[in-house]
Amino acid sequence: MTSVGPNTAVPTAAEDQAGIPLAPERFSGRLLSANLRQNGIYIAFALIIVLFAVLTNGDLLAPQNISNLVVQNSYILILAIGMILIIIAGHIDLSAGSVVAATGAIAAVLMVEHAVPWPLAVLLTLICGGLIGAWQGYWVAYFGIPAFIVTLGGMLVFRALTLAVLGNQGIGPFPSEVSTIANGFMPTYLGNIGLGPLDGADLCTLLIGLAFVAGIIVTQWRSRAGRVRHGQTVEPVAQFAAKVAVAVVVVMTVIVQLARFKNLPWVLLLLAALVIAYTLLTDRVVFGRHIYSIGGNINAATLSGVKVKSVTFWLFVNMGVLSAIAGMVFAGRLNQAGPTAGTGFELDAIAAAFIGGAAVQGGVGRVVGAITGGLMMGVINNGMSLIGAPTEQVMLFKGLVLLGAVAFDVYAKRRAGAGR
Amino acid sequence: MRKGTFVTDAILQMRAITKTFPGVTALDDVNLTVRRGEIHAVCGENGAGKSTLMKVLSGVYPHGSYAGEIVFDGQACRFSDIRDSERLGIVIIHQELALCPNLSVAENIFLGNERVTRGLVDWNRTHADAARLLDIVGLRENPATLAMDLGVGKQQLVEIAKALSKQVRLLILDEPTAALNETDSAHLLDLLRGLRDRGITCVIISHKLNEIEAIADATTVLRDGRTVETLDMAADAVTEERIIAAMVGRDLDHRYPERVPDIGEEVLRIEDWTVHSPSQHGRTVVSGANLTLRRGEIVGLAGLMGAGRTELAMSVFGRSYGTGITGRILKHGREIRLRSVRDAIRHGIGYATEDRKRYGLNLIEDIKRNVSAAALDKLSTRGWIHDNDEYRVAEGYRTGMNIKAPSVAAITGKLSGGNQQKVVLSKWLFTDADVLILDEPTRGIDVGAKYEIYSIINMMADQGKALLIISSELPELLGVCDRIYAMSAGRITGQLTRDQATPERLMQYMTKVKEQ
Repeated sequence: MTSVGPNTAVPTAAEDQAGIPLAPERFSGRLLSANLRQNGIYIAFALIIVLFAVLTNGDLLAPQNISNLVVQNSYILILAIGMILIIIAGHIDLSAGSVVAATGAIAAVLMVEHAVPWPLAVLLTLICGGLIGAWQGYWVAYFGIPAFIVTLGGMLVFRALTLAVLGNQGIGPFPSEVSTIANGFMPTYLGNIGLGPLDGADLCTLLIGLAFVAGIIVTQWRSRAGRVRHGQTVEPVAQFAAKVAVAVVVVMTVIVQLARFKNLPWVLLLLAALVIAYTLLTDRVVFGRHIYSIGGNINAATLSGVKVKSVTFWLFVNMGVLSAIAGMVFAGRLNQAGPTAGTGFELDAIAAAFIGGAAVQGGVGRVVGAITGGLMMGVINNGMSLIGAPTEQVMLFKGLVLLGAVAFDVYAKRRAGAGR
Repeated sequence: MRKGTFVTDAILQMRAITKTFPGVTALDDVNLTVRRGEIHAVCGENGAGKSTLMKVLSGVYPHGSYAGEIVFDGQACRFSDIRDSERLGIVIIHQELALCPNLSVAENIFLGNERVTRGLVDWNRTHADAARLLDIVGLRENPATLAMDLGVGKQQLVEIAKALSKQVRLLILDEPTAALNETDSAHLLDLLRGLRDRGITCVIISHKLNEIEAIADATTVLRDGRTVETLDMAADAVTEERIIAAMVGRDLDHRYPERVPDIGEEVLRIEDWTVHSPSQHGRTVVSGANLTLRRGEIVGLAGLMGAGRTELAMSVFGRSYGTGITGRILKHGREIRLRSVRDAIRHGIGYATEDRKRYGLNLIEDIKRNVSAAALDKLSTRGWIHDNDEYRVAEGYRTGMNIKAPSVAAITGKLSGGNQQKVVLSKWLFTDADVLILDEPTRGIDVGAKYEIYSIINMMADQGKALLIISSELPELLGVCDRIYAMSAGRITGQLTRDQATPERLMQYMTKVKEQ
């Protein structure tokens, strides 16, 4: 076993022999493969978009279709945010789909049957979601039952709750505010502006997009500057600029297309807020750090003073609340809470997390990755339905993408290990 | 007259073995000649290439993935996998034992080599043969006992029995005594001598030079992937110092750095500390222990495996082990209650575990996040982490502790044992603990890095910390500590100052059954 590797400061044998550092192309090759592992998901996502854009003659990127993509996948993406946190901690949640149905049903009963004012009903539904999560979190964290079992039970229990609440029938329609959040678009505040060959687009949407892009540039630059000030190594300016430029182009493309259609979907704003908040949670907050440490090595976390049980418990509470949000968005979109709502959503959310780079053993994963994974499946669904592919082909392709993504991750990890 | 000398023909010759991994030459023109019927030790620092050499020999790295040739029993060998080498009677027992815990001893012995009659497992034959093999290795256990119910020492013997079942001719043991206490180690060494008398050749990789000195007929020393020399232990009158000099390529006159102790007031006092086992109801693991630690003092805690040292330490460290804990902890004379690890950290107590990989580090995370793991409160305001400060702190420890890694973004799982231990120590230093309990701080660390760890321990003492060192290596305790407690069967059976302590007196206390 040799501990002297290319990653250590110790001169390697190759260096000794040649008397010069490793050949630069070798070095950059390694950098590239390290980057490939981290960014493979984004490259794969780009390839899939290009593939379907070509197959659909550009229909995939048409204004209305982009809008549909966001709205149709929003609830899965919301679940994927909660799911990736649970998976990072080394657990799983199989009950998410049933909780979506149960919370949707609770919201419907409150708003439709009892005419509770919608803001209060939303709040009560979120609390119910939290309580459902607390129930599962208790068994996982404090009683020590594997999450797989607890949430497998929960899958049945909360489906049963749904049926009991709904009396085996759909309840609707929802107050217009709720269905608007799920399905509707921002009104035109500032009028339209001409974009030449692209016709008219909503000015307000464009301005929000520009503000968002400016936010990206400023925060990224400030974070980079902070690192430079502390003597950390940072990527070269050109690479940094290229990265930011790609992000800006992608965001602005989406924004412009949305502005040409019906403005911003409210649910996109909700989603963006959640993604930003949870990215900050995982990257910058002590609680987020504790999630990673529990998934990475629960024993070391315990002996470092991390309150493992409490963190696990609150992760499930969080998952319950996010499931409630997804439940209301889904019910609001259909304008009805139904007994079969959310069936299989948990599997889509889990697949999104793993396609997005989460590790089965826990300790690894990013919110943005899970969102990308979820969007990737959304694009596959959407693109294949645009070209009229039958369901079996869609399932086949999605299944292989999931397998391929995890296989790539395992392969990259093994190569990284062999390079020691 | 030692046994191996009159058989001078070689059973194994490895010639000019060179094995490279991407970017690293792990073995460079290594030669190893083992004579028939001898015990041949292979030693060298971690990373010297010992395990790689054995993997080449046993076919883990197949023929073609390395350069050079292997001649076993006069016959050139080209193993394509481990089964090829086992067919010739070359069996390797790895450092991490590979028994299935939920299978019986007999099942483990014949795993992959089942006793079969007409296509079905013959359990009578399995158990009879297992009993015979257990008798040879001197393990008095029922073959039906589950492997998980055996201690590490006995599991090691089961591994050897398993090797014997394969008609072993060359037995390779990788660090066989690393996890064993002194009694079990002695038994194992006796067993190896017995196997030598039966004509089985042994290659033993070990860090424990006193054992090599005691048992080996010849010793090959590797350094940085090259053969340094092969010593004939009897002819050359080889001493431990001689081997160390070859291993490190320099004279280590001082295996322990010098230090002038500056001992201050009492910092921690543990009174009448009793701990019960969480798994076996009613069993007392630590009973009525008393000990004190003083400012700037390095205190040792000696004991055989199972004496309750780690259990004592962990129960004090925020009750991270045990149930039914009674007794008092006083810090600077005032009683404190430590109900959780957080409480312990808040009261300035740190505990670096004996098992870095399983309990000490998050191996998939980088250095920086491991260093900050126990004291994120210091790096955050209202839950918000200042990551630039975190980087700066970790970078400070990387340079200060001489952690060999290109940056603090290096993944800890890829560091060597010594560097991993430095990360663990950095983590506890950063908590500002003034009491540090270090459990087996140099286990699995090579000689050169051990010296560095000792220097760090001394530095901590000079900073005024109170240190408790748990170690199974008596020379280490004698070389580093100002005062040593000995534990046996859950009780503290005595304490000796640096001047009083000798290995013999410590061993007396460590084996004392009960004082009354």
